[in-house]
Amino acid sequence: MKTIRSRHLVSGGMIALTYLAAFMAILPLILILIHLVAKGASSLSISFFTNMPRPVGEAGGGMANAIVGTLMLIGIACLIGLPVGIGAGLYLAEKRTTPLAYAARFLSDVLNGLPSIVIGIFAWELLVKHRGFSALAGGVALGAMMIPLVTRTTEEMLLTVPNSLREAALALGYAKWRTSIAIVLRTSLAGIATGALVAIARIAGETAPLLFTAFGNTFWSTSLRQAIAALPLQIYVYSISAYEEWHRLAWAGALVLITLVLVISIAARFVTRSRFGAAVD
Amino acid sequence: MTALSAQWFDRERRRLSLDQAAVGDKIYGVLTGFCALIIPALVVAIGVAIFAAAWPALSKVGFSIVTSSDWDVAAGKFGAAPAVFGTLVSSAVALIIATPLAVGVAIFLSEFSPTWLRQPVGFLVDLLAAIPSVVYGLWGIFVLIPLLRDPVMPFLRDTLHLGATPFFTGPAYGPSMLAAGLILAIMALPYISAVSREVLLAVPRSQREAALALGATRWEMIRDAVVPYARSGIIGGIMLGLGRALGETMAVTMVIGNRLEISSSLFAPGYTMASLIANEFSEATNDLHLSALMAVGAVLFVLTLIVNAIARWLVWSVSRGRAK
Repeated sequence: MKTIRSRHLVSGGMIALTYLAAFMAILPLILILIHLVAKGASSLSISFFTNMPRPVGEAGGGMANAIVGTLMLIGIACLIGLPVGIGAGLYLAEKRTTPLAYAARFLSDVLNGLPSIVIGIFAWELLVKHRGFSALAGGVALGAMMIPLVTRTTEEMLLTVPNSLREAALALGYAKWRTSIAIVLRTSLAGIATGALVAIARIAGETAPLLFTAFGNTFWSTSLRQAIAALPLQIYVYSISAYEEWHRLAWAGALVLITLVLVISIAARFVTRSRFGAAVD
Repeated sequence: MTALSAQWFDRERRRLSLDQAAVGDKIYGVLTGFCALIIPALVVAIGVAIFAAAWPALSKVGFSIVTSSDWDVAAGKFGAAPAVFGTLVSSAVALIIATPLAVGVAIFLSEFSPTWLRQPVGFLVDLLAAIPSVVYGLWGIFVLIPLLRDPVMPFLRDTLHLGATPFFTGPAYGPSMLAAGLILAIMALPYISAVSREVLLAVPRSQREAALALGATRWEMIRDAVVPYARSGIIGGIMLGLGRALGETMAVTMVIGNRLEISSSLFAPGYTMASLIANEFSEATNDLHLSALMAVGAVLFVLTLIVNAIARWLVWSVSRGRAK
């Protein structure tokens, strides 16, 4: 027979272990951030943002083209991912029980879980195989990854809008479509913006789908039909290279990328603070 | 007041006659329906495109793409068994490390955390999911691997005498299955803990109160009353983490060593399906090679599809139970 004292000891020990687990879980994050700042900050300079990549041995190379490339790719992805995702979210929130709604809901979760490299080879098959690497193909691959993310958060946010609001608008003679757009969508705009920002943060750092689509480029290019540089691609190429100078640039690039991603993630949190707070409190 | 809203109502009704409203509704319904239709269409298109592209290789080598270890592009032999092995083993290592930690974090956040710690710790764990995979890879190459090479691997092998088992033998190069497993563990952790925390919070309060009232300690309450109630949701979270680990590409490619060999030792370099595609796709020498890589992609597609479908089903079954 276990004594009450030993049972409480076990209980206290296990609770302490959950504290340890929490500490162990955030330790890698802290280490990664510390290393990024320590190794990246010293390599950051104005020239990193303004200069083009230079050959090995030549000092002062930068990633100007990769930064612009990443922003362009995000832009194309948003043009595809946001309208389709929000439209699908509207459908899911309003026609909750049609077969299409069940299929789209389930498959958007499945799509969300597909490896990004699979999306990459799909975009290659669709857009690159016959036409060559292009910024457009990279943007389409990233846009396809955004769709399920935006769809599900939009649906979730629209469902939090009280029904009385819809009924009030309909009772005043609003058409259904106007109710959806002017009342329901507008009310949950902050939540949808959060979802969009989370999706952007997620795709901004994606590398695998860009390997065979945007491909990377060491020259200045803003053409949609040409290969284009991207920050994550450039970090990858530099970090597996054998040159000290390129390693330093990779760390600097990673610091810039993580800053971009963290700023977007934190912004997303502040747009709708209550959403995450509610989950824990 | 009433006059005003009646006036407004009339004006509004004139502006939007009922016919117009019906047309608008129709257009709106078609547009949103089309958007919703894109999602299933996309999944089907991805499946069809990849299987069609994989067909030439699949029809030639058949099942040996996953059973044979002979990958010789020049000879037209495409056996990706080491990559399949590497994908499964690195993901298994990741789950073995990440699951206890992630469930521990979830229990901490849902039950034991002081209120002031809850938000920041939850936020930081969520942030782990926001770090780009290439940044994990960079950190893996320059921080984790040197750390493994010098104190960690020799310590495991010699000091702890784990070298006696087949899993921790051989020279400590650094790039290895172990490095990939560790990185994947860090990457899968936030997914597992987010789902686990959610299902733990969905366990009714009465469940906890009943256990405490029967004299359970706080840990016994968790173990006997809370976790069993949330079990299938937690397993769903683990499956979701597994799906992430199976398909993760960049970070793994950067630390696993990229060698097509099957070794029982976690110290040995390996390969995964995703990194095989990432490394060879843009340098594919002929159509059959490309098709074989597509076939590897098809295997990965089916594997993650199954794992994710099971994960969603488990998580949904818990949340449906909550609604009742």
